[in-house]
Amino acid sequence: MTGMQVIFLINALVSVLAGIMLATSRKLIHAGLWLILTLFGVAIMFGLLEASFLAIVQGVVYIGAIAILIIFAIMLTRETMEESHGKRTRWILTSIVALITLAGILLALLTWPQSSSLTLPLSEEQQSIAELGLALVDPERYLVPFEVASLLLLAALVGAVYVAVERKGEEK
Amino acid sequence: MNLLLDPVNVIAEWLTRLMTGWGFSTGLVQFILFVIGAGVLSMGAMLFTVLLIWIERKLGGRFQDRIGPNRVGPWGIFQTIADMLKIFTKELIHPAGADKVLFNLAPILAVASVLALWAVVPFASTVIGVNINVGVLYILAVGGLGELGIILAGFGSNNKYALLGGFRAVAQLLSYEVPLAITLLVPVLLSGSMGMNDIAAAQNVWYIFLAPVAALVFFIASIAENGRAPFDLIEAGSEIVAGFNIEYSGLKFGMFYVADFLHAFTSAMIFSAIFLGGWQGPGAETIPLLGFVYMLIKTAVVYFVMLAIRFSLPRLRIDQMMNLNWKYLTPLALASVLLTAILDKVVPVSLMLVRVGVFLAGNVLLFLISDRLVALYRRGKEQERKIVSSPRPLAVSLLEPPAENQEVQP
Repeated sequence: MTGMQVIFLINALVSVLAGIMLATSRKLIHAGLWLILTLFGVAIMFGLLEASFLAIVQGVVYIGAIAILIIFAIMLTRETMEESHGKRTRWILTSIVALITLAGILLALLTWPQSSSLTLPLSEEQQSIAELGLALVDPERYLVPFEVASLLLLAALVGAVYVAVERKGEEK
Repeated sequence: MNLLLDPVNVIAEWLTRLMTGWGFSTGLVQFILFVIGAGVLSMGAMLFTVLLIWIERKLGGRFQDRIGPNRVGPWGIFQTIADMLKIFTKELIHPAGADKVLFNLAPILAVASVLALWAVVPFASTVIGVNINVGVLYILAVGGLGELGIILAGFGSNNKYALLGGFRAVAQLLSYEVPLAITLLVPVLLSGSMGMNDIAAAQNVWYIFLAPVAALVFFIASIAENGRAPFDLIEAGSEIVAGFNIEYSGLKFGMFYVADFLHAFTSAMIFSAIFLGGWQGPGAETIPLLGFVYMLIKTAVVYFVMLAIRFSLPRLRIDQMMNLNWKYLTPLALASVLLTAILDKVVPVSLMLVRVGVFLAGNVLLFLISDRLVALYRRGKEQERKIVSSPRPLAVSLLEPPAENQEVQP
């Protein structure tokens, strides 16, 4: 067993445990913090796959921005300090959906021919971020999904401003 | 290679040979070297803070026409050590109802997020913790960890003042990360790399001459990220008691304190690496030790300017702080990135003097235009400003009854 595999196993264990804790913890704020640990585990996973750019972006976007905003929002809700009740009303349905999803993902992974092969080291060309950047703005590769994603984010931004802005006319 | 010219690499090589001689595998030797390097770097940074605190207090005293620490040792140089010993012996108090894990995790995260920045700082042409190819993004990612520490401190203390302070601090830090991230793109555009050492190595002409506007925005935003005056709303003692760290005592408060001082120095270091050429200077390529000296001098200059600002400017109000960020700095940063991207393609790298001239002219133009726009905007604001209520006298004399509804003309 190489050092990489040891790190992978520890990381996987911690991430999965954090995920379970995220789903089962009674306090919303603790769930948010477990979410951060899970996301951090995913970032380490990207790092182990030599995708340092994705690892760092995972850190910047998901931990630095999204998770912090989620925690911010949780702290602004009323029942932050107390254990939230009534969370377990629909847990049978939820767990059935989760189990079916998990089974589907496992089936897809097990039948995927590449899952049994070991990860290959990336070529020099694939490691460069410039290559990734060029691929994103190349019309023949990922330009359209990239632009559609940015349009979606812009729409979300405009929508958020529209919801949050104070309308002076209505208040008066 | 000579021990005096490049001490760090010589020692690293000697250790590698020693451990390979013991029969360790190359991967293990690499791992041990990384552990030693990280340990030495973080210990060095923590110990350096002792000196930093003294320098800051002494200079702060001078800026404000005081003497500063002067009792313990010559020029009060051992004052910090005395304070340190005092803080070690203080009781660690856990407030009732505090979330124990989060309460204890917060100071660790605060210090770790600052120390982690040192991993990507290029100290000399050959000495850098790790020259990862996404060093610039790494700086932002680690900044997020510091914000997490502040949120946890505010929430875990089970104190409403701490919670409010934490909200306020994180609102500021999150906001100022936007212009910071945008202006970090300018050196990336100019050098064509996101690795910190590559950025420092690419600066034949310092980027502060190619992009002074971006450098200014980055400097202001990094002061705000430190939570230093004029952006010290995080620690606004008169308004929110002391902010997110109010419930902390003893060594745990000390860790926030260390993180604060070290962060200021670290951002001065990052500024000089990104905009002032880092270790660049005459002879630095061949003699790495000289590069370290240049880096230290540049950092000291930036740090001095930061202290001068800290100790002479009053605090901004929270709405002014937010206005400055979203209405001025963020658009200016975006315009600066656009300008840099266009000029970078228009003027080839081979014509260095022309390039510097065009970049400087473009930046001066950008600065003048934004200055005019701000002046116009403020004139418009001043016209629509209304007086909410007329000032009332606090003390009223009994002999002369005050005139009813006295209107004071503004």
